[in-house]
Amino acid sequence: MAFSLSINGTVYEIDAEPETPLLWVLRDNVGLTGTKFGCGIAQCGVCTVHLDGQPIRSCITPASGAVGREITTIEGLSEDSSHPVQQAWIENSVPQCGYCQSGQIMSAAALLSRTAEPTDNEIDAAMAGNLCRCGTYPRIRKAINRAVDIMQNSKASL
Amino acid sequence: MNSQMKLSRRTFIRTMAGAGGGLVLGFYLPGATAAVVAPKPWTTPTDGTEINAWLTIDLDGTVTVRVPHTEQGQGALTSVSMMIAEELDVAWNKVQAVFADMNRHVNHGQEYIVTTTHGSQLVRLQHPHIMQAGASARERLKAAAAASWAINPSQVIAKQGVLSAGSRSADYSEFVTAAAEISLAEEPTIKTPDQWWLLGTPTPRLEVPVKVNGSAAYCIDTQLDGMVYAAVKCCPVPWGKLKSFDFDAVKDRAGIVTAIEFKATDGDTATWDMQNGVAVVADTWYRAKTALDLMPIEWDFGPNAGVSNATQAAEAQRLFNVEGDLSNEVGANPIPMIEASEQVIRAEYHRPYETHARMEPINATVSVTDERIDVWSPTQDQAAPIRYVSEQLNRDPKEIYVNTAFLGGAFGGNGGGATAVTKQAAEISNQLRRPVKVIWSREEDITHDKQRPPVYTQLQAALSVNGLPEAFFSRAVWFSHEGVESHGPATADEAIGNMPYQVPNRRHERHNSAAHIPTATHRAPGVNQNGFIIEQFADEMALAGGWDPLEWRLQMTKGLEPWQRVLLKLKEISGFTTDLPKGEGMGIAIINDHGSICGACATVTVSQRGQLNLEKLQIVINSGYLINELNASEQLEGAACWELSHALYGGLNFSNGQFTNTNFDTYNLMRMPQAPEIETHFALSQDGWWGGMGEPGGPPSPAAVANAIFFATGKRIRSTPLSKHDLSWS
Repeated sequence: MAFSLSINGTVYEIDAEPETPLLWVLRDNVGLTGTKFGCGIAQCGVCTVHLDGQPIRSCITPASGAVGREITTIEGLSEDSSHPVQQAWIENSVPQCGYCQSGQIMSAAALLSRTAEPTDNEIDAAMAGNLCRCGTYPRIRKAINRAVDIMQNSKASL
Repeated sequence: MNSQMKLSRRTFIRTMAGAGGGLVLGFYLPGATAAVVAPKPWTTPTDGTEINAWLTIDLDGTVTVRVPHTEQGQGALTSVSMMIAEELDVAWNKVQAVFADMNRHVNHGQEYIVTTTHGSQLVRLQHPHIMQAGASARERLKAAAAASWAINPSQVIAKQGVLSAGSRSADYSEFVTAAAEISLAEEPTIKTPDQWWLLGTPTPRLEVPVKVNGSAAYCIDTQLDGMVYAAVKCCPVPWGKLKSFDFDAVKDRAGIVTAIEFKATDGDTATWDMQNGVAVVADTWYRAKTALDLMPIEWDFGPNAGVSNATQAAEAQRLFNVEGDLSNEVGANPIPMIEASEQVIRAEYHRPYETHARMEPINATVSVTDERIDVWSPTQDQAAPIRYVSEQLNRDPKEIYVNTAFLGGAFGGNGGGATAVTKQAAEISNQLRRPVKVIWSREEDITHDKQRPPVYTQLQAALSVNGLPEAFFSRAVWFSHEGVESHGPATADEAIGNMPYQVPNRRHERHNSAAHIPTATHRAPGVNQNGFIIEQFADEMALAGGWDPLEWRLQMTKGLEPWQRVLLKLKEISGFTTDLPKGEGMGIAIINDHGSICGACATVTVSQRGQLNLEKLQIVINSGYLINELNASEQLEGAACWELSHALYGGLNFSNGQFTNTNFDTYNLMRMPQAPEIETHFALSQDGWWGGMGEPGGPPSPAAVANAIFFATGKRIRSTPLSKHDLSWS
């Protein structure tokens, strides 16, 4: 059964069962492998993408639920890793193995798009769904705070 | 702006497989376009001219370092490249890294010498031969220039990519071809640390930029033309048998290709092998997994279906009364001294099974054809699949190519299911003669990981009149797979058998009790379990004798310079004190792991109702030398969070011969709200020995936290996870 999905500004015709989780459509049908598989039950967050700007776990979201909405994956966050969260991640050398980081970055970007200056508790709440086995949490926290600065500086310089 | 694009799956796969070169990584440059990495069948990088197996130099002076180790976030690409660049003497921004060709390594005299990445060994043990490769290349370049200029090689200076002698100079690239032909009368010796210009400088890891935009390619991202996907399920009780499965019930579903049975090798249960199970193969993984879940399967769980946490605990209690294998003995037999003493401390500790649970679930891709076999395997030794796939499929190792991809975590030797999943993929691809990607569900990953073995330990000490221990005895019971020695004594004895504390009479015994659960190395194997035990018992001994825990450790390691250095630094930076209001606590611990001495100070608060808050963790390490403080700090922070995850939240539940908490809803791990602020400090002896960096941050951290909890609450927590204990106080 075919349906259309709008992903990172491009519309794709998808040939898959509509209940197929969005994660597998992104990875195996469309070939956007930056979004990862981790648990399949929305407990680890490595599959996080944005649906109309909101962070969702694509491993439990049926692809049919994304029809008519805009999907943003890590590949679509910026063209050149210039998103303030990506810049802050590089500056703070956040990724180790890196496997969870697409999800971490998408959760952080969503947080900062709705809360310009999150408190520590707000960071905790927004990031609690994203597991990291390498233990990069302290650096993620620093990088989110750095991304806040980058965003404010770019606003100030406008 | 939206563009319309119709993309069939097959079109996409062809596009991916044809795109890009081998993995090439630029140095870190903010704002630079990160190299896109795409997995593809292996070809040796051909850009530039090869001086030796480790490096090539392009006409524009770019040096490409071939790294024979996997990159799992520990910094192998960067560390190896730094060591080569140090000796070669080239500007760091001219250096890029690629993964070395394992087919060449296996079939051409093991020219990279060591390809595994376990044991925090890459820098500490392998720097001599890696740096030597760079030094040798430099001397060959000098000799080639000298021959051309008709002067003595000692008159040539090699610096930052330029060869010079008097008024003459040339870029390295001019003499690469000639240098490759040079045979040195004597190979150069490597630099001493006082001669370093690059090593020792904080250097960002090369691959960080490709890990923030989704372009870093992991095994699981492999896409090949004509590829099929397999979902697998093996007997939940390891070594149980597959009685039957009803493929007819699912074979007509869309995209289903076939079902294939796996058989464990009889009599080979102690090695890395497949379990008895079945795979469903389909054109997408989701279709394969859905059909597998719907397919009726019957198991014969076999004789181990009654084993549980409780039966192991009972067995441990029985073995506590049986003499074990001797691990270490110093002075007189401590047992009669303890029996006769009036001031004795006794305690029992326990750590349960833990699992690797790399964020990238275990998966492998294999393509078997008549001409060649290509393998993508999540192993920490990329040369290993060539050997075992060759044996498994009876094929010439020369025909087998391993395509190294990033690992989405690793955390222990060849732990996890890397070998089993690679053999599964090889089996399926060999039968179907088309590429196959096998992905384990998270439940399969945790069920069939090679687990970290559990331990029960009984400790006793007798104190002398000065409050210091004069006799110490410990007896540990480990449940390793089949009691195999290869994973037994070394793991069982670490940190206790070789503890630094100079108790005049001491003895450590261990039982390696056979269990059917496959076990393996797991980041800081043995030391993480035993660190929690011995470093809390150290506090128990100190406090019983009226000593401050920090002063006790300084006293008990007197004369051991590497330990004293760490303890004194810990004292200086932490302001450690036992004099805090109830509900607040500081705790310390110190461990020797993989050649480094690592200490930790934890600061906690515990509310009256028992809510633990880990405020801060300070880590001090003495690794002898340090080549990259930035990478080292990352590893220390990561290892600490790793082991705190298990000690505070983890623990596999084990009943009816199988694990019951096999996904992240029930196997709990540290998350952002629980992560402490972590400081890292270095106290380096720099006197001729090297320690590791990837693991030592783990072992002291939970013990420091538990010791801090004791001071905050008065409660001594001797088993994990700590979160299952009532920490309330009044």
